[in-house]
Amino acid sequence: MERYSRQILFSGIGEAGQRRLLESRVTLIGCGALGGALAEMLARAGVGFIRLVDRDFIEWSNLNRQVLFTEADAEARMPKAIAAQNRLRAINSEIEVTGLVTDVNVDTVESLVAGADLVLDGTDNFETRYLVNDACVKAGIPWIYGAAVGAYGMTMTIVPGETPCLRCIFEEMPPVGTAQTCDTAGIILPIIQTVTAAQVSEALKLLTGQREKLRGTLLHIDLWDNSYRNVKLSAGSRNPECPCCGQRRFEFLAAAHEALALSLCGRNSVQIRPAKSVPLDFVELEARLVRVGSVRANEHLLVFRTDDHEMTLFRDGRAIVKGTSDVQAARGFYAKYVGS
Amino acid sequence: MNVLINGAPEIIPDGLTVAALVAHLDLGGGRLAVERNGEIVPRGRWESVPLADGDKLELVHFVGGG
Repeated sequence: MERYSRQILFSGIGEAGQRRLLESRVTLIGCGALGGALAEMLARAGVGFIRLVDRDFIEWSNLNRQVLFTEADAEARMPKAIAAQNRLRAINSEIEVTGLVTDVNVDTVESLVAGADLVLDGTDNFETRYLVNDACVKAGIPWIYGAAVGAYGMTMTIVPGETPCLRCIFEEMPPVGTAQTCDTAGIILPIIQTVTAAQVSEALKLLTGQREKLRGTLLHIDLWDNSYRNVKLSAGSRNPECPCCGQRRFEFLAAAHEALALSLCGRNSVQIRPAKSVPLDFVELEARLVRVGSVRANEHLLVFRTDDHEMTLFRDGRAIVKGTSDVQAARGFYAKYVGS
Repeated sequence: MNVLINGAPEIIPDGLTVAALVAHLDLGGGRLAVERNGEIVPRGRWESVPLADGDKLELVHFVGGG
């Protein structure tokens, strides 16, 4: 317990609080900028069981803000969930950390949040957040929304049944392409650290059983315009007509199986997901693809390049095709080289 | 009329509803939350809630990055 001595000294945590943290289970959705910062704070605080979920791999453009990753990770294109898992285990070997390289979607979200005391939002898109909101409200699991773009960020703690949920405040998911993303408007690390510091403070209160200490606001901050503002939220701010927490119609979970090909907003990339997940044989695939383009593979993924496109394949059959936002073109590329 | 928007005094045309204000400011309502005098105004009521002189409004832009 020596490693936790300074936070045990802090009256808000104490020994009892520390024991509760060590017994706590947190699922972290997304392991990029927000997710990495969240993960590091949770691991150092001694949250006992951390599940990290991310579908992506590390690129050089991530290094300005994704604090767990190094140049070597970008060079090797490590999956974020694996690199984060390894880094967290080096930070704190006394807790259990599991990294999962997988897509959070209609089929997977409920099992990924199941059993968690708390879910933390470290994702980079609206769609996943609405899915997480549905899954957490349905299962009665608190979750903490956090998001950032540019120097602006916001966060809100959702305790099902007690506070408004995400859909009480933002009922409809913004149409694709209408909002700025980190890939269109940029992002600086300080807003990531600010938002995640607020998220983890709330997480520590929740996990140690101190709901009365929760902030109770939608906090929105612009570090460039020096604006720190709170919108007060209470049980009375819940919208009785909210489809999710008011009427318990979980529309995002009920959506027909998501499109198997998904344009990744602002990234000029498309994710392809096979209808049936069949583990890929990288050795066989490399032998086949090396005749038509360049191939680099490691234990987690295989990168295939032609003159026009670059495709990163994961073991579960998923691929991210870079250099196009045209879903049909990307599907065609995948079908041509991997199979349909 | 005079209102406060995110703490800053603004003069806006009389008789606007929340929906009309959002359109007036050209804010793209699809990714906005509005609080009026301490209460969240659900999206479904934007058309029917009129603003009054002296209102304190918070307009919160929803972001999805991270």
